[in-house]
Order: sequence, then C-alpha cells, then structure tokens
Amino acid sequence: MELLNLYQNNYLIVFVFLCLGVLLPLVALFLGKFLRPHKPSVEKYTTYESGIDPFHDSRVQFNVRYYIFALMFVIFDVETVFLYPWAVAYDKLGVFALIEMLIFVVMLLIGLAYAWKKKVLRWT
Amino acid sequence: MVEELLHSGSGWMNFGIFFLLAVVLLLVVLGFVTYAILAERKVLGYMQARHGPNQLGGKWGLLQTVADVLKLLIKEDIIPKAADRPLFIIAPIIAFTPAFMVLATIPFTEKFQFADIGVGLLYYIAISGMTVFGMVLGGWASNNKYALLGGMRAGAQMISYEIPLVISVLGVILLTGSLNLNDIVAQQGETAWFILLQPVAFIVFFIASIAELNRTPFDLPESENELVAGYFVEYSGFRWAFFMLTEYVYMFAMSSLITVIFLGGWLPPFDFLGFIPGAVWFALKFCFVVFVYMWIRATLPRFRVDRLMEFAWKVLFPIALANIFLTALIKTLFF
Repeated sequence: MELLNLYQNNYLIVFVFLCLGVLLPLVALFLGKFLRPHKPSVEKYTTYESGIDPFHDSRVQFNVRYYIFALMFVIFDVETVFLYPWAVAYDKLGVFALIEMLIFVVMLLIGLAYAWKKKVLRWT
Repeated sequence: MVEELLHSGSGWMNFGIFFLLAVVLLLVVLGFVTYAILAERKVLGYMQARHGPNQLGGKWGLLQTVADVLKLLIKEDIIPKAADRPLFIIAPIIAFTPAFMVLATIPFTEKFQFADIGVGLLYYIAISGMTVFGMVLGGWASNNKYALLGGMRAGAQMISYEIPLVISVLGVILLTGSLNLNDIVAQQGETAWFILLQPVAFIVFFIASIAELNRTPFDLPESENELVAGYFVEYSGFRWAFFMLTEYVYMFAMSSLITVIFLGGWLPPFDFLGFIPGAVWFALKFCFVVFVYMWIRATLPRFRVDRLMEFAWKVLFPIALANIFLTALIKTLFF
C-alpha cells in the first residue's frame, strides 16, 4: 500500500506538470487579451511573403525526402525501444543477450547500409 | 515533510500541494529564462567585442529582458486570414507543454526534486520528442512558405538527431542498469562521472542535444537569413514568445539533464570538497553547460542543409551504436 501511494504520488506530480504546462500559455494569452490593442485592417491579415502579395496556397506537394527520413526514424526509433530494456537488464542477461542484440542490430544496419547505398541519406 | 506527503494517499490535497510546488519551480524557470536571454546577449556581445545590452537597469542591462517581455505582452495579436486558426492557436501550447513537463523528473539535488519515477530518463526522451509536433503544426498552420519550409526542416532535423541522442545514453544505462536519474547519479558517486567513463557517448549526446535545441550551428529550422524565422514567422506577440520560451526552457532542461547523467549531478568532484552543498555544485556545473552552449553559438557558423542529415545518419548514429556495443563488451569481459 505504501509503495502504491508513492507510485501514485510520483505520477500525480507528472500530471500536475502537464496541467501547469497547459495552463500557463492559456492564462498568459487570456490575460494578454486585456492588455493588447485590437485594430484590425485587411492588410494586417495577409500572409507575409517578403513584401509581395502572396500567390498560391503554400501547402503544395512537398519533397518526398522528408517522408523517407520519417520512415527511417520509425525504424530506428523502434530499434531503441528494444535496446532500452536490454540495456537495463544487461547484468542479468549476459553474453547470450549481447550476441542476440548484435544480430538484431546488424539486420537493421543492413537497412541503413541499403539506404546509404541508394543515396537516400544525401540531401541533394 | 515531503517524504510523508509522498507516502500518503494521493488525493486533491496532494494535488494542490504539488501544484503550488510546481508553480514555484515554474517561477524559477521563468527567472532563469529571463536572465539566460540576457546572459546570452551579454556573452555573445563580449565574444564579438561589444557590450550587449547596457542601458536598461544599470550597466549590466538587468531589466532588458523584463522590458522585452512587457513589450511583447502589449503587442497586437495577429492571426493571418489564410492560416488554419485552431491549429495556429494550439501549436505554441503543444510546443511549450512538453518543455515544462520534462522538468518533473530531473533531480536537482538529493532533496530538491519532483517525481522520482523509475523510467526518468525514458520519460524525458519520450516527452521531449513531442515538441516537434508543435513546430511542424505551427509551420503548417501558418500557411506561409517560409513557415512550412521551417516546420518541415525542424521535423526532419529533430527526428534525425533524436536517434543518436537516444542511442548514446544507452551506454550510461548499460553501466547503471537503471533508467532512474537518481540511480544514475548514485552510480557516478561509486565509480566516476560518466563523462570520463563514456566520453564518446557524451560527445554524441552533446552534439545531438544542440540540434534538438535548434541552436547554432544547427538552427536551420529558423535560420533568419534564409527562412526569416522559420516555423514561427507568422506568429506575433505572446504566441511568438511561447515558442521562444520553449527553446529556453529546453535549454534549462537539457543542461540539467547533461549535468545529471554525465557530470555527476549534485556530487562534488572530489570527496574532500563534500562540505560545499550539493545545490552549489549542481548550479556550477549547470551554468558551465549553459555557457558552453552560448560559446558554441558564438563560435561556429551554421551547418549547410545537405550536410546536416548526412552528419546525423552517417557519423553520429554509427558512432553511438558502436559505443554501446563496445561498452557492453568491455563490461562483460572485464567486470
């Protein structure tokens, strides 16, 4: 029971931080409403584009490269999800787990080498 | 007293007390941000052989940032017609909230800390990864070409550098066998600071952390001379201030984290210096890390955008991976 309380309280603190992190911008922006002026004009609400009138919608088709980096991120971030518990329990798991993890990482490294070879990692 | 509080049943009473304590921390952090901005301008100034702010609040310009914040408060709030209004409004909040949340687990000294959860380090990394949503959303919602480019760059850069960041700390976790930040500091008390035991991990982590903080030389998402300001170009007044605040709160959090996991937290460097309180040691190391961030900003030019991604994937990532397997091997063979 004691431990459960400790556990709950620690996560309650995390929740408090979440609440406060949301509240501060909300309160600051709400209070700011009474301080700042409000004088709308059409020109103020146009999109900034270095002084010229904006043309087109800016949400055009985008370079696919960003998408590929997102895919790479997913692969290797999942890898770290497996590496974390392994690192924490390494003392108990020993050499066998080290070899297993090496095999796993090498398989993913083949993917990295493939992407490297295909020049996905190059920006130009 | 806090010990008792932590062991009592959790309820609204505890929520209230924790809330008040967290507000105190928030005020401390806001105070830090105020003077970190001033310190940054001063340090940059002296490194460029000029004085920096020296008019407002005495010759050190002590009230300069306060005046800047007040000015921002009375600025008109402009949301462009073309912008996606709801997303435009919540983007700074999404960016800021995780920046403050990560502070919950960081132990400043033995006594002065908030949540002592078992997965402290993982919590930090997981929550800090959320900020990128705020940046990409802000860039997309603005419906501005510069902002969209900046937001996309921010997304690509932050996810790319998150991988080496996350993998480099694995060396520390291997040596400690725990994700709890208190355990990591305790382990450093028994052996040595991890900056000595894991120098490679430290270097990779430090470089990746600069990229995560979007600071020079990795400030491509907001590079002012090509993208004007990047993802927050359309933001004005206090909404803009929250993006700025996010960056400096992250600098606070990241410097604290580096102090805790690599520089021994509140521990003195030598045992005979133990009479100096832990808070002083923490503050000294923390200030040193913050200073190094400013120093690097003053020294290095901005990365080229094509080099940026290659550096993360071809240099930092393989080094970080090699480091953890080397650490594991050495640990198995010699200990």
